Amino acid sequence: MFYREAGDFKTSYVADSQTFPIKFDRFRYYAVLLVAFAVVPFVINDYWVNAVFLPFLIYSIAAIGLNILVGYCGQVSLGTGGFMAVGAYACYKLMTGFPEVSIFVHVIISGGITAGVCVLFGLPSLRIKGFYLAVATLAAQFFLVWLFNRVGWFYNYSASGQINAPERTVLGVPITGAETAPWAAYLFCLVFTVVCALVARNLTRGMQGRQWMAIRDMDIAAEIIGVNPLKAKLSAFAVSGFFVGIAGALFFAVYLGAVEVGEVFGINKSFLVLFMVIIGGLGSIFGSFAGAAFLVLLPVLLKNVLVGGLGWPTDLAAHFEFIIVGGLIVIFLVAEPHGLAQLWRVAKEKLRLWPFPH
Amino acid sequence: MLDQTEGYTTEDGRKIGGVVMEMKNITLRFGGVVAIQDISFDVREGEIRAIIGPNGAGKSSMLNVISGFYNPQEGEVWYKGEKRPQMKPYQVAQQGIARTFQNIALFEGMSVLDNVMTGRIRQMKSGLFSQSFWKGKAEREEVENRAFVERIIDFLEIQHIRKTPVGRLPYGLKKRVELARALAAEPSILLLDEPMAGMNVEEKEDMSRFVLDVNDEFGTTIVLIEHDMGVVMDLSDRVVVMDYGKKIGDGTPDEVRSNQAVIDAYLGVAHD
Repeated sequence: MFYREAGDFKTSYVADSQTFPIKFDRFRYYAVLLVAFAVVPFVINDYWVNAVFLPFLIYSIAAIGLNILVGYCGQVSLGTGGFMAVGAYACYKLMTGFPEVSIFVHVIISGGITAGVCVLFGLPSLRIKGFYLAVATLAAQFFLVWLFNRVGWFYNYSASGQINAPERTVLGVPITGAETAPWAAYLFCLVFTVVCALVARNLTRGMQGRQWMAIRDMDIAAEIIGVNPLKAKLSAFAVSGFFVGIAGALFFAVYLGAVEVGEVFGINKSFLVLFMVIIGGLGSIFGSFAGAAFLVLLPVLLKNVLVGGLGWPTDLAAHFEFIIVGGLIVIFLVAEPHGLAQLWRVAKEKLRLWPFPH
Repeated sequence: MLDQTEGYTTEDGRKIGGVVMEMKNITLRFGGVVAIQDISFDVREGEIRAIIGPNGAGKSSMLNVISGFYNPQEGEVWYKGEKRPQMKPYQVAQQGIARTFQNIALFEGMSVLDNVMTGRIRQMKSGLFSQSFWKGKAEREEVENRAFVERIIDFLEIQHIRKTPVGRLPYGLKKRVELARALAAEPSILLLDEPMAGMNVEEKEDMSRFVLDVNDEFGTTIVLIEHDMGVVMDLSDRVVVMDYGKKIGDGTPDEVRSNQAVIDAYLGVAHD
């Protein structure tokens, strides 16, 4: 009833392999984009941007990046926090070193630098798999945080050891710093999120994605049919690092503005993004968004309901929040181990036939 | 002995070309175990070459040597008139040698179409950047290769399952998808490791027909390992017989069938 694909015939291979093959899906996607670009910037205020939209958009990029590595290529990584820190510090060094260059370029280059670092720490993946690789990337996490804490050059020898984003503008509108308008920061992140999602989708539906999935599903067979495992794995680390680096740069420059590395990019961050990927659904771009939304929005929602709606004290609500979110994660994973994306797929299957399932 | 360059004509009238691959005195050891001992044989263009032998004779090891999985301690592999240096499996695949496995080795999480498309990796060369935006070379390649893959899908009669995840398919269809993936590479040599293992008579007939059709339509050279003697004798042009890592027979099915060493290996021999 909601969902009709009857009469929606494909006459070319291009049409058949597009991202949203069903017309209804496609139009809904355009509608979401339209609202996100043309409506939301005019109605949001500071609270919505800082509590909801910015974290959601930025974590989505990070989750997409990690999903490419873990969900598509099957290489477990616990170093996401460290790699986000690389993006943040790269962006900081670029912003302070080349103030005349656009912040846009800085963020992209930060992604590139992170990609390089990620490849370096991905080298062990050629020899080890699974849990052992996870432990190896854990080393990256601790090493990178230690590095940014100890080596003064990275934080320009500031007394506090923090990095602070100076004011930078795009087309005359401030994007970073204290003067930033909520809509400007939102739009800046939205552009990155949309482009990253499109690129990730294109890569994963094409030959590169097939190579990654082949390595994930059966690496020996992949090698036998001609996939170079070295190239496939390292390219996954590079692309993943690129996205995570962009997320880190945005997280520091646009969202927080000031960062103390151990606090912001610690091991908690790695786990948080990994949870997003697992809850959202491994091997699904939509799942990355769903996972990010779940873990960013749910605490905000609970807080509003418990404190605002029921009038609980803030500290009690904060602790209950942990319990409820944790419980929901367990329930979700028991009910649907393949994550929210799979839940969504099943719902769509059902809706296609509703109300006549036979 | 057959001539090196000139081919021969089979009983059913197919022209077989010159030598495309030659194994020269291959010896493969695992520690103290000798899996293959001093074996030589050749494979000619367009023929169906079978390797048979009792369990543990070293047939699969031989196939693994051809596909670059094992490196033999002694001996040389000659491919298209050149001695092949030590290679990784993916390099061998890039040269145009495709294979299927005894235990199916498909990518379970991907659809049938994606599995078969992965087989086209040799033909798809577009870079990461072009693929990121799905424009230019990447899109063109995707469409061209999809068209080719659809031909293979048509040929093996798996159109109805092309969007199904492989993990959901029954065994017989999986075997067929694996053959499709190998064929998608347009291989010059196709290695089939027990393509009929675990199949019923009907499925075996289907598979035999596909093997013959592949050879006929694409002119693909096929090297196959099979236990079903009836199938081997019907399908193949020439047969290598192995036992305990040694070659004990080589020739047409008729020659092999009347070879005393082969009969002994299969039926056993009285020791006195």
